Amino acid sequence: MNPALPLARLGRATLAALAAVGRVTLFAAAALSHLVRPPFYLREFGQQVMQIGWFSLPVVGLTALFTGGALALQIYAGGARFNAESVVPQIVAIGMARELGPVMAGLMVAARVASSIAAELGTMKVTEQIDALTTLSTNPVKYLAVPRLLAATLAVPALVAVADAIGIMGGWLVGITRLGFNSAAYLGNTADFLEPWDVGSGLVKGAVFGFIIALMGCWFGMNSARGAQGVGRATKAAVVAASVLILAANYALTELFFSA
Amino acid sequence: MIALADVHKAFGANRVLQGVNLTVARGTSTVVIGGSGTGKSVLIKCILGLVTPDRGTITVDGQDALNPASRDAFLARFGMLFQGGALFDSLPVWQNVAFRLLRGSLKRPREEARAIALEKLARVGLGPAVADLYPAELSGGMQKRVGLARAIAAGPEIIFFDEPTTGLDPIMAGVINGLIREIVTEMGATAITITHDMTSVRAIADRVAMLHGGVVRWEGPVAELDSAADPYLRQFVGGLAEGPIETLR
Repeated sequence: MNPALPLARLGRATLAALAAVGRVTLFAAAALSHLVRPPFYLREFGQQVMQIGWFSLPVVGLTALFTGGALALQIYAGGARFNAESVVPQIVAIGMARELGPVMAGLMVAARVASSIAAELGTMKVTEQIDALTTLSTNPVKYLAVPRLLAATLAVPALVAVADAIGIMGGWLVGITRLGFNSAAYLGNTADFLEPWDVGSGLVKGAVFGFIIALMGCWFGMNSARGAQGVGRATKAAVVAASVLILAANYALTELFFSA
Repeated sequence: MIALADVHKAFGANRVLQGVNLTVARGTSTVVIGGSGTGKSVLIKCILGLVTPDRGTITVDGQDALNPASRDAFLARFGMLFQGGALFDSLPVWQNVAFRLLRGSLKRPREEARAIALEKLARVGLGPAVADLYPAELSGGMQKRVGLARAIAAGPEIIFFDEPTTGLDPIMAGVINGLIREIVTEMGATAITITHDMTSVRAIADRVAMLHGGVVRWEGPVAELDSAADPYLRQFVGGLAEGPIETLR
């Protein structure tokens, strides 16, 4: 075996990965450039706000409720090791607003929306609906991708805000029913310690995650291979890529916002 | 007039078009025949700019089709019926038909666009009751008719039909063939149709071009189809297993 073969394979894989990053970046740049150029598809944007934001509320709300409750139990149990049980309200609030609210909402929306966008656009690709759009003098990126990108970028922060509130409520419910906290004291501590930037940073994260979710859904959907298998692969790739990128972006943003 | 000169297109190692030369005169109906995978659909997608040729030139009335001055204005001259209909699932039938009239440079008031959609649906034999249904609620034949109505909705000068009778029963195929011939004649449009169906060829074509081996193997009037000496054409038209075209058995 040629000793250089593994290196050649590694080189080819690296070049392919870089080329893919380049193509996604160009796709995102094209979509962003259409944001400010008419025509604007307001009806499609409104439909996507409903699909991505409104219809994701139940799953995001339930996830946040259980996460907030579990977080309160864990902080109480962990804090008990060094007599810090009383910090439950503060840590739940900060944890939900800075990390768990945006990340949980982002991942849940990635699972629900990136898959749905990729499957829908992938099916449109393989049934020639995207070609049909072009022949009808309609730019597919502008008509399909831009409303989804804009809607997700605006709707996910709203979902994060809801997740923060419901998550904190979950912690409060567990705190007063299971851990013996006084309701007014719990809420007072939450309000006293939570700073605007705790919430604001989570909303910014939500906007970035929303953009990533729609970008991955649109990219993999519009570049789906032929047939049912191609659409299936595009859907899986969109969810995996969106989830990994959300977690990577979360770390990068946390470094940017909170590193000492 | 549509003119293709020395058009090449490869997908990886698969050289689909290897120097296609074809001229389609204004107001004529040309049918492109050829076996599966010979690049018939790629040919019309190259004219529309959906696929970029590797080499060669394509002009429409002297205008460079690959780099038109205004892509919107260029595409506004075309209508296309896709093989599977390619109707938009999320829109009701009338909005599919009036898609071009509801947005972009050809935009009309909504009521006017709906009226035109109903008129075009009537032209292809569909009543107003169909207008508010969604494509998934229609049969294959009705979807083809809606696709045909969409293709002619904005009064195009050039219409492409990609496998218009695939998947239809012989009676419905005959109806669609008849509609295409009537519409092309009454609109005075230039038409290119892609098909394997020899019944369609005889019903629709003024001229026929056979694509094989990445080039136009034979081209001539439909009346000469049966008397042509080309062995590839004879095998294809006759549906013969034996002949110069390799077949898998």
